[in-house]
Amino acid sequence: MYRSLAEAIRDAEAQGITLARLALAAEALDQGRPVEEIRAALRRALDVMRHAADRGLAGDLRSVSGLVGGDAAKLRFGPPGPLAGTLFRDVLARALAVQEVNAAMGVIVAAPTAGGAGVLPAVLTGLAADRRIDDDRLVDALATAGLIGAVVAERASLSGAEGGCQAETGAAAGMAAGAATEMLGGTPTQVGHAVALAQQATLGLICDPLGGLVELPCVFRNATGSAIALAAVEMALAGIEFAIPCDEVIDVMGEIGREMDVRYRETAGGGLAATPTGRRLARERLVQLKRAGA
Amino acid sequence: MVSLLDIIGPVMVGPSSSHTAGACKLGLIARCLVGGTPDRARIELHGSFARTGEGHGTDKAIAGGLLGFRPDDERLREAVEIAEREGVEYRFEKTTLSDDAHPNSVRITVERGDRRHVMLGASLGAGRIHVSEIDGFPVEVLGNHYTIVLVAEDVKGSVARITARLAEAGLNIATLKLSRKHKGGDALMVIEVDEPPDVAVRDQLRAFPWVRWAHRLEKVSG
Repeated sequence: MYRSLAEAIRDAEAQGITLARLALAAEALDQGRPVEEIRAALRRALDVMRHAADRGLAGDLRSVSGLVGGDAAKLRFGPPGPLAGTLFRDVLARALAVQEVNAAMGVIVAAPTAGGAGVLPAVLTGLAADRRIDDDRLVDALATAGLIGAVVAERASLSGAEGGCQAETGAAAGMAAGAATEMLGGTPTQVGHAVALAQQATLGLICDPLGGLVELPCVFRNATGSAIALAAVEMALAGIEFAIPCDEVIDVMGEIGREMDVRYRETAGGGLAATPTGRRLARERLVQLKRAGA
Repeated sequence: MVSLLDIIGPVMVGPSSSHTAGACKLGLIARCLVGGTPDRARIELHGSFARTGEGHGTDKAIAGGLLGFRPDDERLREAVEIAEREGVEYRFEKTTLSDDAHPNSVRITVERGDRRHVMLGASLGAGRIHVSEIDGFPVEVLGNHYTIVLVAEDVKGSVARITARLAEAGLNIATLKLSRKHKGGDALMVIEVDEPPDVAVRDQLRAFPWVRWAHRLEKVSG
């Protein structure tokens, strides 16, 4: 697999193919598996993503601790805001839905991780529903997202414990932005700008889950991460170019992650987790869980 | 080398790839050591597994693994109750294994019939696992291959005879690691193979008089 998006973009432009096709060919070579087999695996992932979004939108799920749940349904059925009836609101609802399923021990695709699993399905299936995009193109989009995620894994990190939330929902936003840009007809070069635009918006984002649980603020970070991804797609397709190349934005994300204090890397020692209310809620919920388990 | 399918995957029961999916895989490996669902298990959780395990369903995931459920099996949610219903005795404890142990570490002692094994493992993040010790022998099992582990007396030519048997069975060896506690002491072999070994191969290995025990471990990743 590629270690540089610039290199992948150059190869794809030179060959006149999409990044999706380039990524599938590279994966087939790396793993010694036919492209069709890889596409079939991505197709299964897509089915799970779609099912998770539908399941969460029903609104009857609560997380294991009870801290989160039911908010996706509020966006689907609740009072309108300025975005009522738009793709934007639907994508936010889908992101919350998948993460609520995750927090309730439902089945999701960790793409790139469980904590950031809401962004990619929200953006891709939301767009597909809005634009009637078929599954073959969605599978291509997942391949493009996988390529972007692989480069982030190599150059920086995809773990909140290593790099903060910028490495989870931030990376997910970059993957979704790039994948959606290509799915909507953007060139490989535009994909690069979309990734950079999304990733730059989440630089420095800490991982501060209450009680160390993948619930609060994780569920909402997936919704805002999706919003950032949509903004990046809109800008990239409009022809906006981000002056710092995407590889360099990814590198700086990794650098910030390495410098980040351990309190801000999934330990619940800082950020929202360490606020008076954050500490109180975590304590109450964990006591409840212990009672339930006893 | 990073694979696309590692990034877009795995499909798993939430909420945490390290605390849920990885924990389940460690349970699956422990189950393999006794060749089926253990009658009894002692599960000692260390570090973050002990601190935030309950909220992440780490206990359910490990119990589910011991019952043979894979990380994408929705029965993981009720695994502790299912274990109780089936009359298996699983005991969870919080402990400090050692200062330098990985934060998501667990020691699992499994018993089934007259067999008893102890393994030490860690969940490294993104669903990746590392089993570092089996019955006191240092090992390195990542669960991304079908794996044969066996303990044999320190007999000359034992490796050659074992690999010959695997070749006859049509199994291609990906890696082979040998360790022993001291010269002349028992040797532990960890053999990763590309194809799933069948029961007959395991029984042939067990039939060598100098093999003390041999197990097949599932491929739980990749």
